[in-house]
Amino acid sequence: MRIVLEKRLTPSRSMQYLSPVVAILLSLATFFVIFLLAGIDPMRALYIYFVEPLTALWSIEDLLVKAVPIILIAIGLSFCYQSAVWNIGAEGQLAAGALAGAAIPILFPTLQGPAVITAMILMGIAGGMAYAAIPAILKIRFNANETLTTLMLVYVANLFLDYMARGPWRDPAGFNFPNSRPFDEGQMLPVIAGESIRLSIIFMLVAVVVAWFMTTKTMTGFKIRVLGQSPRAGSFGGFSRNKMVMLTFLISGGLAGLAGICEVMGPIGLLRTSVSPGYGFTAIIVAFLGRLHPFGILIAGLLLALSYMGGEGAQVAIGLSDQTTQVFQGMLLFYVLACDSFIYYRLRIVRQPALDAATVR
Amino acid sequence: MRRYLAILAAAAVAAGVATGAEAADKLKACWVYVGPHNDGGYSEGHDRGRLMVEKELGDKVETSFVENVPEGPDAERAIERLARSGCGIIFSTSFGFMDPTVKVAAKFPDVKFEHATGYKTAPNLATYNSRFYEGRYILGQIAAKMSKSGTAGYIVSFPIPEVVMGIDAFMLGAQSINPDFKIKIVWVNSWFDPAKEADAAKALFDQGADIITQHTDSPAPLQVAQERGLHGFGQAHDMISFAPKAQYTAIVDTWGPYYVKRVNAVLDGTWKSEQTWDGLKDGILEMAPYTNLPDDVVAMAKKTQADIESGALHPFKGPVIKQDGTEVVPAGGVVDDKTLLGLNWYVKGIDDKLPQ
Amino acid sequence: MTMMEGILLTIVTAATPLLFAAIGELVAERAGVLNLGVEGMMAIGAVCGFAATAVTGMPIVGVLVAMIGGMLAAGLFGIVALFFVANQNATGVALTLFGLGLSGLIGDRFVGMPGIPVPRVDIPGLSDLPIVGRLVFGQDPLVYLAVVLAIGTWWFLFRTRGGLVLRAVGDNHGSAHALGFSVIRTRFLAVLFGGLCAGLGGAYLSLVYTPQWTPMMTGGRGWIALALVVFASWLPGRLVIGALLFGGVSILQLHAQAIGIGIPSQFLSMLPYIVTVIALVIISRNRTLLSVNTPACLGRAFVPDS
Repeated sequence: MRIVLEKRLTPSRSMQYLSPVVAILLSLATFFVIFLLAGIDPMRALYIYFVEPLTALWSIEDLLVKAVPIILIAIGLSFCYQSAVWNIGAEGQLAAGALAGAAIPILFPTLQGPAVITAMILMGIAGGMAYAAIPAILKIRFNANETLTTLMLVYVANLFLDYMARGPWRDPAGFNFPNSRPFDEGQMLPVIAGESIRLSIIFMLVAVVVAWFMTTKTMTGFKIRVLGQSPRAGSFGGFSRNKMVMLTFLISGGLAGLAGICEVMGPIGLLRTSVSPGYGFTAIIVAFLGRLHPFGILIAGLLLALSYMGGEGAQVAIGLSDQTTQVFQGMLLFYVLACDSFIYYRLRIVRQPALDAATVR
Repeated sequence: MRRYLAILAAAAVAAGVATGAEAADKLKACWVYVGPHNDGGYSEGHDRGRLMVEKELGDKVETSFVENVPEGPDAERAIERLARSGCGIIFSTSFGFMDPTVKVAAKFPDVKFEHATGYKTAPNLATYNSRFYEGRYILGQIAAKMSKSGTAGYIVSFPIPEVVMGIDAFMLGAQSINPDFKIKIVWVNSWFDPAKEADAAKALFDQGADIITQHTDSPAPLQVAQERGLHGFGQAHDMISFAPKAQYTAIVDTWGPYYVKRVNAVLDGTWKSEQTWDGLKDGILEMAPYTNLPDDVVAMAKKTQADIESGALHPFKGPVIKQDGTEVVPAGGVVDDKTLLGLNWYVKGIDDKLPQ
Repeated sequence: MTMMEGILLTIVTAATPLLFAAIGELVAERAGVLNLGVEGMMAIGAVCGFAATAVTGMPIVGVLVAMIGGMLAAGLFGIVALFFVANQNATGVALTLFGLGLSGLIGDRFVGMPGIPVPRVDIPGLSDLPIVGRLVFGQDPLVYLAVVLAIGTWWFLFRTRGGLVLRAVGDNHGSAHALGFSVIRTRFLAVLFGGLCAGLGGAYLSLVYTPQWTPMMTGGRGWIALALVVFASWLPGRLVIGALLFGGVSILQLHAQAIGIGIPSQFLSMLPYIVTVIALVIISRNRTLLSVNTPACLGRAFVPDS
């Protein structure tokens, strides 16, 4: 007798909603045990991690600021992953967007105002798109594996950003320190709520709603999903796989670029040698945790931002190491992925093990 | 959005959050580190200072820290969190934390802020730094005395003034012994990447250097020196345990006494915003024991150290001539602090081109 | 030691951890599994190797524990990606995050502790030969192990029945299953082997390359190993050449700086990554070459229909 995984006839709807919840609960339970073993009061640790950041206005504000770029990128990545395009280089596309958008205030420091802000945003999107187009073209024309090319291009983009911020674009009045000149208020996104919530939060919300509309209500969204699930079926239907690859790359690159420029013309306020502490990679987790669904991603992004905030709080309050947060995020993703398989499969107990090997896909 | 947040905040207050209220009579002193608190280098140097504060001031203070804080928006958030959690004084220890510290300091006028290695101040924001270059001058002299090939290798992270100042001071020290001394420079574009630093050390040795020095934080280059039977200098703290046969001496960051002094100043109400730039004489910077060196070289190093401490010798005493031949300061003068803090040129005799 | 000899030695040292990790990944990919968690497994290997050596004082124990640690990490990936049929890309990313974080937690006590270096092999007479002496006869034992592993992997994959089964599973899991081979078991074993090798690569970093433990000390080498496998078009022989080439580029850029050629160091640092992309393109565009060696089922999940 043994247990095998068996494909369900139709994906389980209840598991679709249950799986992330179960995964989160399992992660919390595992953490509970780890804290207990480490001799830390688990209830207090979990409270500091996941509740305390929600108990103060400033901390909620910070959480939203942190979540915006992650969610923006994850929305873009969800298009890629739905069509089985494995773009894992959003971090580089983010840097490209930041560079392209920041060119305006750095090269023309006197220009100010809404038109300049709009131009910067558009340049940021275009920069991200252009950089994402490279692996797209390499995949379409030369069949180069995008997982690897996108990743390699992250290093290239970050090093180039580093070069620009230290070299040609360094602030002449900045004591030789590796920053661009600080942007003026007329070159930054306006604050729309609280002290630090900027216009980018609206972009993020719009991206979520548009993505939801596109995937559920339009033909393009349908095509992306069909092609993702079965490339052969897609080409029979008259859709071009190559077009989809390019489209999804442009969407994800554009959103990553938008996230990059919004960081530069928002919380950071100038171009630095590094503009992201790994948002592009965190967004991969968020995309999967949100089950590639826009609303799911919204919630997942907030949860991940919460874990960052909580991680910091735990350092201050109980001296918990910074790496604890990384372990939590990795573990959470493991659990989500494992739980997700119960949407399409179920466990079955097989009594005669030899017989189930008869059929072939 | 504002209203929604306000409701949430009200709920939070109603839930009776006790944060910050408990530590009313103790002073909370807090630190922000750019790397892990136990990186064996720069951040650990600051953490030793924090532990000294705990030891010296005992019950009067409580300390906490946030580590691995990336420079940028995360730094601002981390500093602000500390300010809100009841810290009375906050030390932000990396140059890249300057603007975030300035921003948060403006928001919390009652909290004292101290930023290491920066130049912006406010009524509640002081800066502090260490004259590392004084130590590097001594290293340069030792290198010039000990090198057989007349060439030292220099592993560096990023071309910020702090680093360039170190290279220049090292070269000036070396030239005071051997005017034809050469240094070869490799940029590894990281403060901390042991394997890359080791590779750089090997490359420099292969290129003919026989002494290595570094402005990166890992002991890996010294380990390479030890393996090859060559020598080098420790960085930020005494790395003798990693390379007992290879280390001549090390520049040791000793922030502790400064931290104790400043935290005490907050306790007795005498804290003022200042710009502190201390050196060997103040003990913020120490030389690890001189080892693996002949007696005459040790004597020379000790004399130079004493001269710097007494003020008889300034590493950047004139004439200081730039790489391109222009004279910065004539004989008799010294390069002033403002120029040093924004240093972006090599002194004459360095072949490398400064990345611009 | 001449400069040439020194450079070649350094290149061999730089290539070895890449070769270890890439061999393991090559076997996993030949079985049809794309494990992006190499970086995480290397980090676990590095910390386990260092910790075990520090506790026991014996580098050999460290190496063994690093292999076990890498395998355990790989096992986690295998369970989620193979038994639970999760997306392999995402599972790999999770493993990298998890491994890097966990290695930091495990290694907390060992930061700042000098390691016990693995002694070099010295064959009297032979090691003293000019140029080739140190290069061929005076390396540390793990370098030889890497070479043996590469040859052994080639022999296993192309000269044994087990290798044939493994490649069949990677090329066409449906048929392999129909012929009665256990796809999942084969893949799981291949993934475990991948973890073992990545663990060795990590141990090489913390025991030989720079005998110390520091958080994040793998520095992206796991990702380079992944690129190398494609670069080598899934052939062990080319993997050795590729690893040396990669090591070469990263070392030579440091030499170029020391000589002072005046190119911004960032551009030199980009070189290995750009070379990988170009190599990927050159290999991938040649579809005949690709189709001969690429595991056709790479990255595709397998569940027996019933």
